[in-house]
Amino acid sequence: MIHSLFLINHTGDIFLEKHWKSVISRGVCDYFLEVKEKAVEPENVPPVLQTPHHYLISIYRDKLFFLSVIQTEVPPLFVIEFLHRVADTFQDYFGECSESIIKDNVVTVYELLEEMLDNGFPLATESNILKEMIKPPTILRSVVNTLTGSSNVGDKLPTGQLSNIPWRRAAVKYTNNEAYFDVIEEIDAILDKSGMTVFAEIQGVIEACTRLSGMPDLTLSFMNPRLLDDVSFHPCVRFKRWESERVLSFIPPDGNFTLMTYHVSSQNLVAIPVYVKQNISFFETGSCGRLDITIGPKQTMGKMVEGLMVTVHMPKAVLSVNLTASQGNYTYDLATKVLVWDIGKLNPQKPPNLRGTLSVQSGAPRPEENPALDIKLKIQQLAISGLKVNRLDMYGEKYKPFKGVKYMTKAGKFQVRT
Amino acid sequence: MSASSAFNDEKGGSSSVGEPEYGHDPASGGIFSSDYKRHDDLKEMLDSNKDSLKLEAMKRIVAMVARGKNASDLFPAVVKNVACKNIEVKKLVYVYLVRYAEEQQDLALLSISTFQRGLKDPNQLIRASALRVLSSIRVTIIVPIMMLAIKEAASDMSPYVRKTAAHAIPKLYSLDPEQKDQLIEVIEKLLADKTTLVAGSVVMAFEEVCPERIDLIHKNYRKLCNLLIDVEEWGQVVIINMLTRYARTQFLNPNINESLLEEGGEKTFYGSEEDEDEDDEDKDKKAEVATMAKRKPYVMDPDHRLLLRNTKPLLQSRNAAVVMAVAQLYFHLAPKAEVGVIAKALVRLLRSHSEVQYVVLQNVATMTIKRRGMFEPYLKSFYIRSTDPTQIKVLKLEVLTNLANETNISTILREFQTYIKSMDKDFVAATIQAIGRCATNIGEVRDTCLNGLVQLLSNRDELVVAESVVVIKKLLQMQPEKHSDIIKHMAKLIDNIQVPMARASILWLIGEYCEHVPKISPDVLRKMAKSFTNEEDIVKLQIINLAAKLYLTNSKQTKLLTQYVLNLAKYDQNYDIRDRARFIRQLIVPTEKSGALSKYAKKLFLALKPAPVLESPFKDRDHFQLGSLSHLLNAKAGGYQELPDWPEAAPDPSVRNVEVPEWTKCSSREKRKEKKVEKPFYSDSEGESGPTESADSESDSANGSESVSGSEVSGSGSESEESEEGSESEEEEEEEDEEKDKKKKKKELKKKPVQESESEQSSEEEEEERKHERKSKPRKSDSETESGDEEESESESSQSESDESESEAEVKKKKKAAQSKPPAKPVKTDGKKEKKEMSLLDLDDFEPAPSPQVTPVNSFLSSSLVTDLEGLSLSDSVLSPATIAPSSALKSYELLHRITGEGLSVEYCFSRQPFSPDANMVAVQIQFTNNATSDTKNLHMEDVKLQSGMRVKEFPEIELLPAGETTTAVMGIDFCDSTQAANFQLCTHTRKFFVSIQPPVGELMRPIFLTENEFKKEQGQLMGMNEITERLTLDVKCRNEHTIVQRVTTAANLSRVPCGSDKECRFAGRTVTSSSLVLVTVATKEEGAAQLTVNCEKMVIGTMLVKDILQALTQ
Repeated sequence: MIHSLFLINHTGDIFLEKHWKSVISRGVCDYFLEVKEKAVEPENVPPVLQTPHHYLISIYRDKLFFLSVIQTEVPPLFVIEFLHRVADTFQDYFGECSESIIKDNVVTVYELLEEMLDNGFPLATESNILKEMIKPPTILRSVVNTLTGSSNVGDKLPTGQLSNIPWRRAAVKYTNNEAYFDVIEEIDAILDKSGMTVFAEIQGVIEACTRLSGMPDLTLSFMNPRLLDDVSFHPCVRFKRWESERVLSFIPPDGNFTLMTYHVSSQNLVAIPVYVKQNISFFETGSCGRLDITIGPKQTMGKMVEGLMVTVHMPKAVLSVNLTASQGNYTYDLATKVLVWDIGKLNPQKPPNLRGTLSVQSGAPRPEENPALDIKLKIQQLAISGLKVNRLDMYGEKYKPFKGVKYMTKAGKFQVRT
Repeated sequence: MSASSAFNDEKGGSSSVGEPEYGHDPASGGIFSSDYKRHDDLKEMLDSNKDSLKLEAMKRIVAMVARGKNASDLFPAVVKNVACKNIEVKKLVYVYLVRYAEEQQDLALLSISTFQRGLKDPNQLIRASALRVLSSIRVTIIVPIMMLAIKEAASDMSPYVRKTAAHAIPKLYSLDPEQKDQLIEVIEKLLADKTTLVAGSVVMAFEEVCPERIDLIHKNYRKLCNLLIDVEEWGQVVIINMLTRYARTQFLNPNINESLLEEGGEKTFYGSEEDEDEDDEDKDKKAEVATMAKRKPYVMDPDHRLLLRNTKPLLQSRNAAVVMAVAQLYFHLAPKAEVGVIAKALVRLLRSHSEVQYVVLQNVATMTIKRRGMFEPYLKSFYIRSTDPTQIKVLKLEVLTNLANETNISTILREFQTYIKSMDKDFVAATIQAIGRCATNIGEVRDTCLNGLVQLLSNRDELVVAESVVVIKKLLQMQPEKHSDIIKHMAKLIDNIQVPMARASILWLIGEYCEHVPKISPDVLRKMAKSFTNEEDIVKLQIINLAAKLYLTNSKQTKLLTQYVLNLAKYDQNYDIRDRARFIRQLIVPTEKSGALSKYAKKLFLALKPAPVLESPFKDRDHFQLGSLSHLLNAKAGGYQELPDWPEAAPDPSVRNVEVPEWTKCSSREKRKEKKVEKPFYSDSEGESGPTESADSESDSANGSESVSGSEVSGSGSESEESEEGSESEEEEEEEDEEKDKKKKKKELKKKPVQESESEQSSEEEEEERKHERKSKPRKSDSETESGDEEESESESSQSESDESESEAEVKKKKKAAQSKPPAKPVKTDGKKEKKEMSLLDLDDFEPAPSPQVTPVNSFLSSSLVTDLEGLSLSDSVLSPATIAPSSALKSYELLHRITGEGLSVEYCFSRQPFSPDANMVAVQIQFTNNATSDTKNLHMEDVKLQSGMRVKEFPEIELLPAGETTTAVMGIDFCDSTQAANFQLCTHTRKFFVSIQPPVGELMRPIFLTENEFKKEQGQLMGMNEITERLTLDVKCRNEHTIVQRVTTAANLSRVPCGSDKECRFAGRTVTSSSLVLVTVATKEEGAAQLTVNCEKMVIGTMLVKDILQALTQ
């Protein structure tokens, strides 16, 4: 299984190494660094590489490469999924997953890695269990520890390890018992030149934050569960109940977790909240081109569209832009050739517009391709699929928790072809 | 160095609060001397007696280790602290030790005694971590110590320690492969473990140490299947992959018949060609089997079905690796019709991180070649976004190409058209290749594609043009005569195109089809002769080829040109070109010396060449197990286990039988054969009990804990079982299933005495017969319908689950064989008490509204939990299955008194389990006790007298009931929703007794699950005549919710309906025969006043039920 792990920053420095079996020289990373040098974008580095004696499986997260060294056959997804879990755990413990934060907490990181794998096989990956064994660093705790000499490491086996519900730690106690659910939907869509939908679907996720004492048993039901085409669950959800009754029945982990993700198929008509009229053209003669983009509301269900942003990856030949925006600001990065137009709230009365000229490198041939537009947007208080939570019931505990459900719609991979 | 020194600074800065003297450490330069100096002060800190100093020192050392700096010179100072009391210091010392022990073997030995002490610690975490570190120290000298520690830990009562032991096995194996045999013994023992915690780790060890010992899996196969859903995700992946391989060796190809049917069917396009190929293979290789299969329909082994059913819910896992594992299992093992379910889940993974996408797309690409239809509905999910990384784009393109067929090709081509405009040139090139492949595969669009590609020839980007030329060349080869104009067009291009590959392609085309363009070709050769010296090698070779071909067809015009080109080539720097020139000159230019070959020159050069087949690079990749590293790399990775081919004939399925409880056996069997044979079924289980317990020879205490975990396991097994059935949409309601599972468990526990008593009697012969019969079954079952099989597998699987606990019990039974039975009696009550207490705990209650039948199962879960937590072992008799008598909630009635029965006493109770052979029957569990001094034989029933409409399913004859023994049997009675008695005669070999069974009204129903809203809705429809309301005063002891629920559910077989208010308790059920709804509401008021409402279509039942419940609540 996983032999060693190297953390490498985007410039190619190895700043942490951990071995679960015998030590492997960091020279093995050279193969990887070579490929990385060649790749234009870090995303283009193949996740699986073969070297004479080892296999390298890597992920790229938050500008860091997590590179694991493998010696024998192992399902690649197993390793990839685990590496992401490691990154998630860092995120969970330290609030972010960056080079500096990992260096600052190198001992905790090391202790975590030690617990997460044994001989290369995952041992404890549930955040609830890890947190019982190794407490996340807080300022208060570090002060107390230096004064009292107590440690961050628990000396008891976390109860979750042995139970049937390893995701929940025992003896949870809160004075305020609360459970919040965020239903977040992302629209993935490809619109063609004329604004027709080539492909659209909705990907939803229910993020939960539960702070409930004891062992609550929750049941979450939807008004219209039939909408959901495909689902995946946190291990706590009882699949059988979902199959038979279409309700989510579960004993939640403590704290934040992703309860389920779902998919609303493209067969149901997916509402596209905005329309985009665009015209990007380059003249045959003279080194310039024209750009004109207008965005207006389409199917917003009466809600306000916020956080509207358009990103355009211009052809390499475009030197500079000279545009005027009727609303919001735009920036053009000369190095990466990325035009970003930050609009903010969408005004339905006066659709925002961006127009002007593009100057193209003289002598260069007219760019053949037209850049696609990536749209970002947010709509609060709306799940665009129409999914509604019906009720949340709690069994097993006597108190009445405070419950809340929030809806939000975002643009996921929302692309307009030109 | 610079980065790390900056890091030092940061580190120093942050720790300077606690350690001022460290803040002044001049280490910022990262110079050796200062490093050395600092190590000195670290040593000092480690030697101090303050824990805080030690901790600080260790933290700094670990930080060094993390950065990959050498800290080995600190080894002696660090190893001294291995016994430190502070747990964090200790852990960090462990980290250090494991890192450097291999380099400093002698010093490392100093720490061993500490770990040996740790192995005996009462705290399981300390035991486990001691074993972890001990086994991670790679020092050969301590191999014997490790071996001992692993063996001991494998029988530890804490499952966590056993898990650690499983992890330690591969460590030891890699250190000293000589230990293999001993390690296999440990693996065998741990494979028999019944906790979910251990399962994943031990299978991992199995895969690393002895993947070839497939025989070790047989006995554990069903258990693993049933446990699977509760194993942690990483374990699931390993187990599923292993079981895929296992299934390939043990079961028959489920598609074998299908492939026969398909054979000779219409040939579709390339997508199904593979299938066809495979069919041929199948045909050749398995001709025998195939013909056999033709005679009898393929019947899936129930164990095969079990695996498929139990893995399916895992497609909904959040873990991509688990989803992929299930997907590959289905791809390799499932019947064609069922493979489709995985497509949706795989498409879902495409939303995940790009690394996950990459791997999934690789696998999807392979799958689409063999099973194209599966992904066709998701075509659009593979559309490419300009922001995808190139490698993802190319893979998506591959999938789109594989999915293309006559119906969707126009959409796909339109999509491809937008891709060609992309800025990513590698991707554009790949798109052009893809268009070429679509064109070769789908005849209808060949011309369209060709035209499109020709248009691309005027593209400004040279790479695009070059790629198009190459593809066009391949397409033209298929039907050159039609397209001479295109060849002409391309000939003109040669002036502009610079990419060597493209130039070479054009030249080859012109040479090959020079007859179609007789005027242009000599001219092209003329131009090329001029530029010959400046061309790339690959182009030069094609110029020589062109010259040779023209010489042969049109020597008049080109003779001199050819000579000239050959002369140029003769002095080329490249020896390939020189060789080629020499060879061609000899061949085509006739001289007196030229041999026989020159006669055939024309044939050689202008032979008809087959058109190239454009194939997917993913073709044939499926001989690697999908999802594996080897599949991804398309090369065998170290340690890869080949996926075996299906066997031609299935190996003996009975190897997987563990202990089969008699009860389940006969019911399922009866269903199949309508009591064709009256065999003593226990003989079978007896015969097989032998090999099962080979691994289990542990201490009593360990045994105890194991039996506890065993019951836990079967509990969770039933959970998974249910979920599966739900998804399978069996006709049976899930509630029933659930109960059935439980019942079987309970049943089989009770069954124990019988088996014991029968054990001596069963003969080898009978067993042989049984086995034989089993094997021959599939062949006989010609006439069986599909649904029958389904059912069979159903019951088989649930039976297998009970097998586990059975085997466990069997083990114990064997041990205590000499012991007499009576001691079990007193314990029985113990067991009951235990159960009741535990049910209050309800630690992991999986049912929101527990009905009393559910609680016992759950209480086992929690009890095992508790025992594990406390680390104490219950004495093994407490939960010994034999002692678990009918649940306390079930009331027994007397059927035959000891005196009237002349020593035979018979009791019956309504077990409240669905009677599986007939859903309309109420299961009645009958307990026979032989109090006489002589054996009773041939217990059976006769002369059943019933009211019209009623039916009875008799219990299987009990051949022998030795004196002093007890046994149980189950019969089913359809009471037609009335409380009329069923009368019959109970016969022994000597006597007949008239007996009758009369059901209380509460037993004529079965619980159903309703939500609050459904309940209200149904209640609203059952008003008026159908509603009966009574006021009552509750019994003093019965004023809390819990007792009310308990009493009502004891009186009637109903299940609780969740309810928002705590003043009301609601229950719901349906009558067994007519499925009429029965709704009961108990609303409590002040001072024990209450109101009982019963809504039921059948008024008679309603009235009687009110009476019974009233009595239960007021007593």
